[in-house]
Amino acid sequence: MSDNDQLTNSEQVRRGAVGVVPPAAEYATPAATRVRPDVAARSEASDRRVDSARGRRPLTRRTWFVIVGGSILPILILVGWQLSTSLGLVPVSQLPSPAMVWNAGIDLIQRGLLGQYMAISLQRVLIGFAIGAVLGIILGAVVGLSRLADILVAPTLGAIRAVPSLAWIPLLILWLKIGEESKITLIVIGAFFPVYTTISAALRHVDRNLVEAGRAFGLRGVKLFTTIQLPAVLPSVISGLRLALAQSWLFLVAAELIASSMGLGFLLIDSQNNGRIDRIFLAIILLAVIGKLTDALVGVLERWVNKRWA
Amino acid sequence: MATLTSTTAANTAFSVRFDGLSRSFPVEKKRGRAASTTDVATPAWGERTVLRDIDLTIAPGEVVAILGTSGCGKSTLLRIAGGLDTASTGDAFIGDQPVAGTDGRTAIGFQEPRLLPWRSVTDNVAIGLPPGTDKKAGAERVATLIDLVGLGEFAGHRPREISGGMAQRTSLARALARNPGVLLLDEPFGALDALTRLKMQDLLLDIHRAAPTTVLLVTHDVDEALQLADRVILLGREDGRDGSTIVETLTVPGERPRDRGSADLAELRGRLLDGLGIDRHTRR
Repeated sequence: MSDNDQLTNSEQVRRGAVGVVPPAAEYATPAATRVRPDVAARSEASDRRVDSARGRRPLTRRTWFVIVGGSILPILILVGWQLSTSLGLVPVSQLPSPAMVWNAGIDLIQRGLLGQYMAISLQRVLIGFAIGAVLGIILGAVVGLSRLADILVAPTLGAIRAVPSLAWIPLLILWLKIGEESKITLIVIGAFFPVYTTISAALRHVDRNLVEAGRAFGLRGVKLFTTIQLPAVLPSVISGLRLALAQSWLFLVAAELIASSMGLGFLLIDSQNNGRIDRIFLAIILLAVIGKLTDALVGVLERWVNKRWA
Repeated sequence: MATLTSTTAANTAFSVRFDGLSRSFPVEKKRGRAASTTDVATPAWGERTVLRDIDLTIAPGEVVAILGTSGCGKSTLLRIAGGLDTASTGDAFIGDQPVAGTDGRTAIGFQEPRLLPWRSVTDNVAIGLPPGTDKKAGAERVATLIDLVGLGEFAGHRPREISGGMAQRTSLARALARNPGVLLLDEPFGALDALTRLKMQDLLLDIHRAAPTTVLLVTHDVDEALQLADRVILLGREDGRDGSTIVETLTVPGERPRDRGSADLAELRGRLLDGLGIDRHTRR
């Protein structure tokens, strides 16, 4: 089969594109990375070809380099931090030394508080994220597939999305009191919208030609959805989930800052009230690390999905 | 071809009939300023007639090419036969039954391959299998068809890893997997380079010889129509009337595969080009 094996890139892009358009502008930046998975995959593939021709992988594709390269900046920040405190450039009341933050962490662990705070925060995020994501997938699918549902539901949901997260808190506390429910509900709201928006937008932009081809070969309803629409939007679903997870952490801290007696957000507000700047730093660093770790887990899933379905 | 014949033993070709068929699409009328102020009652929506008064009967096993200029409604006619569109007036029949929605007896080969990018060539072809096909028999049939279109080596590849010609062949194999009584092809080779197109035409003839299904082929390529079809239907517009209808029907002489350089064909070719409004630049 030697006839026109040499397709130009633009031709391949045209044939390979699944017609998934970037979702609403608010979520556009991370989702944009997936808009043309075929392009990304292909450029990776062509890189690999070049590498194998030379017989080795380039530096930027070696695992050890990726790990070392990613840790250079954090190490530099740590060194700069240590220097500025040990040289007395900034008073410790404004910037505690790394050792002070470390000791604050050890202290909280010994009191049995740090593990408890992290566990409760993680639990709230996971429960809220799970409920919000499931609701987002269901409503996003309904609105994306049905023109009628789009007309009836989308404007209202768009208005609810426009409400800033903090605005819900007084109402939630009034209705659900200061328990787990009010905090988890806020996280559900936070996780719901990225998933809902990306899925409904992606479903509306599934390549009509593919859907029609599916219909022409007798696919209907659920079978059509699982054979064509769902795989076509799966990469968008995953990037929506990734955004939702990030937003869940955001809304968690908002909830815990205002009304809680446990959790990393509580640690922040409690330390502020007691002037424990070392603990404030500890809480911020822990939020950064845990957020990055959970995001990396979804990132692994995302890479697998993009490889399999894009 | 022996293997294909054995797997398509149950194949029955059906007739296709269009009976006084017309198709119009609603269009928004562009009203001038003067009209809108004086004539309030003018409806904002009008109609654009694409096809009118199509009467055509295609015998089981016949290969008919529908030829016409771009935008003349050839694809619309094919889509109506395939149940992807419906006539405004008149009827389309497959066998004795009017077309209502997509039909297990027809299969469509689109102008573009329309393959699912996340599925391999094999899994894309398998979409064409009739529902309820036995798993093992289905897999064998898919493998046979992939070999037939010459993609055996590429069965596990994804659509983006193969060329445009290969993707189009995959699409043809998918339509054949249906074991269709009527094969509807919408400019299936239009996007291919000239050489690949000739090879694909020969392939289609081979397939038709092995399993003589009814073929309705939409094309804008006069040579392709003459090479493949028993009859060529020319769609066009009559003076002063909206919508295309059948302006000429030509029966193509000779057994297939035909001599691409034959004088009879050259004469027909001239007539069809005239019918399409092409200047032949004849030297006298």
